[in-house]
Amino acid sequence: MTATLAVQNTGEAAVFWICGALAVLGAMGMLFSRKAVHSALFLAMTMINLAILYVSLSAPFLGMVQVIVYTGAIMMLFLFVLMVVGVDSSDSLIETLKGQRGPAIFFGLGFGVLLVGLLGQGTSDMPAGSLEQANTVRGGNLQGIAELIFTRYVFAFEVTSALLITAALGAMILTHQEHYKPKATQRELSEARFKGPHPSPLPPPGTFARHNAVDTPALLPDGSAAEVSLPRPMALRDTAVNRVDVEEVDEVMEGHDVVVDELDAATDDTSGEER
Amino acid sequence: MTTDHYIALAAILFSLGAFGMLFRRNAIVVFMCVELMLNASNLAFVAFARMHGNLEGQVFAFFTMVVAAAEVVVGLAIIVVIFRTRRSASVDEPSLLRF
Amino acid sequence: MGADLLASATPTITYAPPEGVFTYTWLLIALPLFGAAVLLMFGRRTDKWGHLLATALPIGSFVLAVMMWLALLAKPSEDRGVIQHLWDWVFVGNFTANVGLQIDQLSMTFILLITGVGSLIHIYSIGYMADDPKRRLFFAYLNLFVAAMLLLVMADNYLLLYVGWEGVGLASYLLIGFWQYKPSAAVAAKKAFVVNRVGDFGLSIAIMAIFVAFGSVTFPDVFAQAGESSEGTLTWIGLLLLLAACGKSAQFPLQSWLLDAMEGPTPVSALIHAATMVTAGVYLIARSNPIFDGAPTAQTVVIFIGAFTLIFGAIIGLAKDEIKKVLAGSTMSQIGYMVLAAGLGPIGYVFAIFHLVNHGFFKANMFLGAGSVMHSFNNQEDMRRFGAIRTVMVVTFITFASGWLAIMGVPPFSGFYSKDKIIEAAFAHSWAAGLAAMIGAGITAFYMTRLFTMTFLGKKRWTDDVHPHESPSIMTIPLIILGIASLVSGFLLAWNGAIEKWLEPVVGFEHPEPPIPIPVISGATLALVIVGALLAYQQYRREVPLTAPTSVSPLTVAARKDLYGDAFNEAVFMRPGQYLTRALVWFDNRSIDGTLLAMGSATAGLSSRMRKWQTGYSRSYALSMLIGAFLLFAALLVVRL
Repeated sequence: MTATLAVQNTGEAAVFWICGALAVLGAMGMLFSRKAVHSALFLAMTMINLAILYVSLSAPFLGMVQVIVYTGAIMMLFLFVLMVVGVDSSDSLIETLKGQRGPAIFFGLGFGVLLVGLLGQGTSDMPAGSLEQANTVRGGNLQGIAELIFTRYVFAFEVTSALLITAALGAMILTHQEHYKPKATQRELSEARFKGPHPSPLPPPGTFARHNAVDTPALLPDGSAAEVSLPRPMALRDTAVNRVDVEEVDEVMEGHDVVVDELDAATDDTSGEER
Repeated sequence: MTTDHYIALAAILFSLGAFGMLFRRNAIVVFMCVELMLNASNLAFVAFARMHGNLEGQVFAFFTMVVAAAEVVVGLAIIVVIFRTRRSASVDEPSLLRF
Repeated sequence: MGADLLASATPTITYAPPEGVFTYTWLLIALPLFGAAVLLMFGRRTDKWGHLLATALPIGSFVLAVMMWLALLAKPSEDRGVIQHLWDWVFVGNFTANVGLQIDQLSMTFILLITGVGSLIHIYSIGYMADDPKRRLFFAYLNLFVAAMLLLVMADNYLLLYVGWEGVGLASYLLIGFWQYKPSAAVAAKKAFVVNRVGDFGLSIAIMAIFVAFGSVTFPDVFAQAGESSEGTLTWIGLLLLLAACGKSAQFPLQSWLLDAMEGPTPVSALIHAATMVTAGVYLIARSNPIFDGAPTAQTVVIFIGAFTLIFGAIIGLAKDEIKKVLAGSTMSQIGYMVLAAGLGPIGYVFAIFHLVNHGFFKANMFLGAGSVMHSFNNQEDMRRFGAIRTVMVVTFITFASGWLAIMGVPPFSGFYSKDKIIEAAFAHSWAAGLAAMIGAGITAFYMTRLFTMTFLGKKRWTDDVHPHESPSIMTIPLIILGIASLVSGFLLAWNGAIEKWLEPVVGFEHPEPPIPIPVISGATLALVIVGALLAYQQYRREVPLTAPTSVSPLTVAARKDLYGDAFNEAVFMRPGQYLTRALVWFDNRSIDGTLLAMGSATAGLSSRMRKWQTGYSRSYALSMLIGAFLLFAALLVVRL
């Protein structure tokens, strides 16, 4: 008994320290990432570590629910919305509000210290306890939880389900876009395009020997990048044309001097002289 | 591990989440910090459940997750709508109620 | 306490409820009051006949008063007191004061004087104010005055007397400032009222002291207990009553208003500031004789004030060029004689009242005469512009001469009888008082002769636009009546000690015992009078410069400035008062307003700093929440520690 306890304790201790540390690291990574997507992924990491901790705390059902619902559904929902909102919108980590950063750090840290200190003061030794009895009374952790949910807390259960339905409806209503005009037909779109600045279809993104992605711009005859070939979100990024791509083109084109010279004559491009 | 280790961990995660709310400007990241705080409290509940030897803490953590899910749904929908009209997801943007 | 001195001189009168003609006592006041009410309430509608009604009513009161006087004469002298209780007035706790009218010899004397001379002046005013568009209002105020003065002398308790006291003060204010459009008149009215107020303050405190000392303010109750009260109490009450008397009677130190009061129309000066209102102070002292008889210190102060003022007024009268101002100075001086006599105790009360009656006749006479002269001279007051009027205004001249001789104290005119008696009684008290009175008589003779000579005798100094003629008979008939009274009232009232026997039951009487034989005093006084008159006549019957000479003695300069009375008041009271008010205003603005404004601006400043917390950023709000939670946990931690 004590041996199993000791083993259990050692194992549990190991799980605690590893998963706990990783959870904290994930949280800090979430805080200090520049890109929002990285934050979301760090949070997912934290959550999975927490799920493992739940399992080690004799709450296997909860641990699974954590992974499936929390990490799997909720974090993914976060990621979807991030994509809609702007996946590359990155905050600079420099604080813009005056007098926010210092106090925030102090009080944030202090808050944590206080909480931990309070714990130290309150009950200096909280026994570990055990859920063995509770988990086996009804024949398992899941059954035990189910009994509680459907007997004593059934009202809360019903209310939260109503809440879920309401939330789903609410989300639908909030994000619904009312179309007040009839949808533009193909003919109307075409007419608008011809009346606009660029009648012809836009060039597709570039395709090169080594790079072939939606964020790689097409090259114009004089070697410069065509910005209109990129989708707008990509165009906002800092993607200058990779010099390697340009040199690649040169290598391929080496044999075609006449074409290059004529190209040089056609445009006043200094990049041509560099060649 | 005694329960206070878990509680200490929960406390640390909670305060990190709180700090993050003050620190990040992206609305979605702020929301994620809220989720972190909720998770930390869930951890505390589960640890206490084990300490007391009954499953009520776990049930409560379960309900917390449900509510968190509902909250995330509605909150993100709001962010989407705001983004549609304002083209920005920074929490510093709506600052008209200033002096 | 000097009880042996007073043994034969205490009042012995008793009071009975009214019967017969005395049941109409209230009518005496009600008639003129009714006149005032009608004329004031019905306003312009009464313009045509208002003055006639207003004149008829005091005449009615006079007739009733004569009837009552005859009824009194029929009674034995100790039973001549009547109190008619009209209604219960004040009953608060222990303090009761009722409206009751008291008729005895003293009040009867005054009633006859007020209604008699008052009626004559009303008749005179019909002619004098004939050209004034507000004549009706004038008569309304005159009636109001008569009613208030009658109330004053007929009140049976100090509180009701105070009502009458205030009433005459009000009437005086209204009448001095009757020509409101003249700034000098408005200022003079205000000055009279304010200075009177100081006296009124004395009277009100005296009434309170009387109530505290005696438990009642009704005359019979108070005087019955006055003998048992301590001398200190009586002295205080006496001094306060003296202060009141100084205010109303223009005695030093409250004399500054009387000369300015000459801004009012001449009938006002005659009635109020010569014959009746200014004598109210003497009435007060005479009426309160039991109080004064028990306080020799207060009596000494009264004597001093009287003596001082009689010289003071005489000196002022020496240097003035306006005829009314000289007469005002002489009024101040003659009332000084009366106050002096009243302060002498039982040896002087009777003579004070006697002189008061005589003075009422001859001073009213002279004022109306002056009014008659001024009426002819387009309201010119400067005597340097008169001269030789005896040829054109004969009646005025003769009647004025009667008054002039009376005031100087030339026998057989009325003034001689009363003034000489006062000088004798003054000598009986002390050499200082007697000499002051005698010298005052000499100075009086000088300046009155100066006035008479400059106005009626000498050479013509008229301006070109003046064509003097005798006044209409409605004005000259009262003059004639008063002129005759100035001649005969003296020896008629003194004959066989009539006035002494008449007043003795109310004020007490003792024969004065002067250290010098009486004929010596009379002779010396007469000699002084003749010398003074001749000096003045010599100086003024020849050339009188048309403008007042500037190189004069310091005493003349001082006398022209009312012996610096105004300057003193201004320096000691007015300017410090102004500084005080300015300082208080500054203090109020700075500290009290400043405190409030500072609170306001502090709140504004605080809020303008605090509003910066509302940055609009939800993150700073979140920070505040975190700080709050932090503090909460910190408190928990501290508690658990």
